[in-house]
Amino acid sequence: MAYSDKVLDHYENPRNVGSLDKNDPNVGTGMVGAPACGDVMKLMIKVNDAGLIEDAKFKTYGCGSAIASSSLVTEWLKGKTIDEAYAIKNSAIAEELALPPVKIHCSVLAEDAIKAAVADIKAKQAGKEAA
Amino acid sequence: MERMPIYLDYSATTPVDPRVAEKMIPYLTEQYGNPASRSHPYGWTAEKAVENAREEVAKLVNADPREIVWTSGATESNNLAIKGAANFYSEKGKHIITVATEHKAVIDPVRDLERLGFSATFLEPEANGLVDIEKFKAAIRPDTVLASVMFVNNEIGVIQDIEAIGHLCREHGVIFHVDAAQATGKVDIDLEKLPVDLMSFSAHKTYGPKGIGALYVRRKPRIRIEAQMHGGGHERGMRSGTLAPHQIVGMGEAFRIAREEMHAENERVRMLNHRLLAGLTSIEESYVNGDLDHRVPHNLNISFNYVEGESLIMAIKGIAVSSGSACTSASLEPSYVLRALGRSDELAHSSIRFSIGRFTTEADVDYTIQLLKDKIDKLRELSPLWEMFQDGVDISKVEWAEH
Repeated sequence: MAYSDKVLDHYENPRNVGSLDKNDPNVGTGMVGAPACGDVMKLMIKVNDAGLIEDAKFKTYGCGSAIASSSLVTEWLKGKTIDEAYAIKNSAIAEELALPPVKIHCSVLAEDAIKAAVADIKAKQAGKEAA
Repeated sequence: MERMPIYLDYSATTPVDPRVAEKMIPYLTEQYGNPASRSHPYGWTAEKAVENAREEVAKLVNADPREIVWTSGATESNNLAIKGAANFYSEKGKHIITVATEHKAVIDPVRDLERLGFSATFLEPEANGLVDIEKFKAAIRPDTVLASVMFVNNEIGVIQDIEAIGHLCREHGVIFHVDAAQATGKVDIDLEKLPVDLMSFSAHKTYGPKGIGALYVRRKPRIRIEAQMHGGGHERGMRSGTLAPHQIVGMGEAFRIAREEMHAENERVRMLNHRLLAGLTSIEESYVNGDLDHRVPHNLNISFNYVEGESLIMAIKGIAVSSGSACTSASLEPSYVLRALGRSDELAHSSIRFSIGRFTTEADVDYTIQLLKDKIDKLRELSPLWEMFQDGVDISKVEWAEH
């Protein structure tokens, strides 16, 4: 399978690999996918008091396109509000990376990871306010 | 042009041995006659070359040249054997036994016969890839007409006990077909002794050209098959179509070289395999697929846990290997062969088949080991599953959202 230059670039030089402190109340974690399906993404975002995403880290088990999709979204997320992050569509990821049809599911997974991380931070913040 | 990767995919196909190529060329440009032409020397020369090659193929497996039928390759041989024998003997019964880990060129013809009213048993092998003889025996029914079991598995390299299975078939009057595409030049085959009725061969897995193969059809006791290709009545009516002397000469020469050199060559390949095995199994969480003793030294199939196969293949561009078999690597499904061994989807997804051969060197093996070590380290740094494993989380107990 031929990969686009952008996929290869993210795959060979993945941005923002790693983890944030999952117990930090300002960190949201999204883990999506399943090992049996061949891809698992873990995305972590750190939101500052102004409501902006100041850091994003990822780890991905999956094909080159899955790694590239998650690497790309960590770049996109920084500086965005969580609502802006929530609005990121898989089609934009697929288009940016020129993913072939068989790899579209990788961009879907990246979108799911963002939504899961945002849901996690919202739940944490709701818990904080309630307390 | 970018430098080509080191070729470690000999089970997909082998390079044509230069000695083979040299023998083939004159049959394209000079001795181009049709071996079926009986009225002039062009035809006679071509026919003589074809018959010499038939003798070489027969010699490698200790058969009579009259038992060798030329085909386009092992896929055609398998189709001809399975459909041809099942249809010819269908009055004796309509049940077929084969194995879940067979090549698709056996599975699919059997499936096709199922559509035509035959029934089939696809035996599950043991976790080491080998067929349990007792389970095979239990699968035989009064209406079993044909069994098909491959000699050497293309994905995991395990060698089945063809002799024991063959004896069972003989006892029960079951015709026995063996796909030996991956076996020639790697294991000794003696068809005078082996109770096998039909055997498929391919040239391009044994340093011959692609597009040519053969089917062994036993004469004593005589096995009959229905032709699948009709026409000029070539190959005693079993396979019509003008013979391709250059291809046939190539297969003959490749099989001659295999016969003369296989024992020395296999020793050398075995040393390389041991080196590769030791190097790769020193990587944490690596699992060899298939029995370690009953396997050809040319194959090493390993799963590396917590890294995904396709990204691993992408990372190791410096070598040419397969994830699963070459025929299925275009799909996203994990290998059906590894699934049949009971491997988890994760391990099936992260399997790499290394297959080595005549032109593999010790330097190639050492480079491969270092490359795998480096890249697996890198990918595990990226892997959330590896992180969980390091933290002592049991991945199989986690509830995943299957997608």
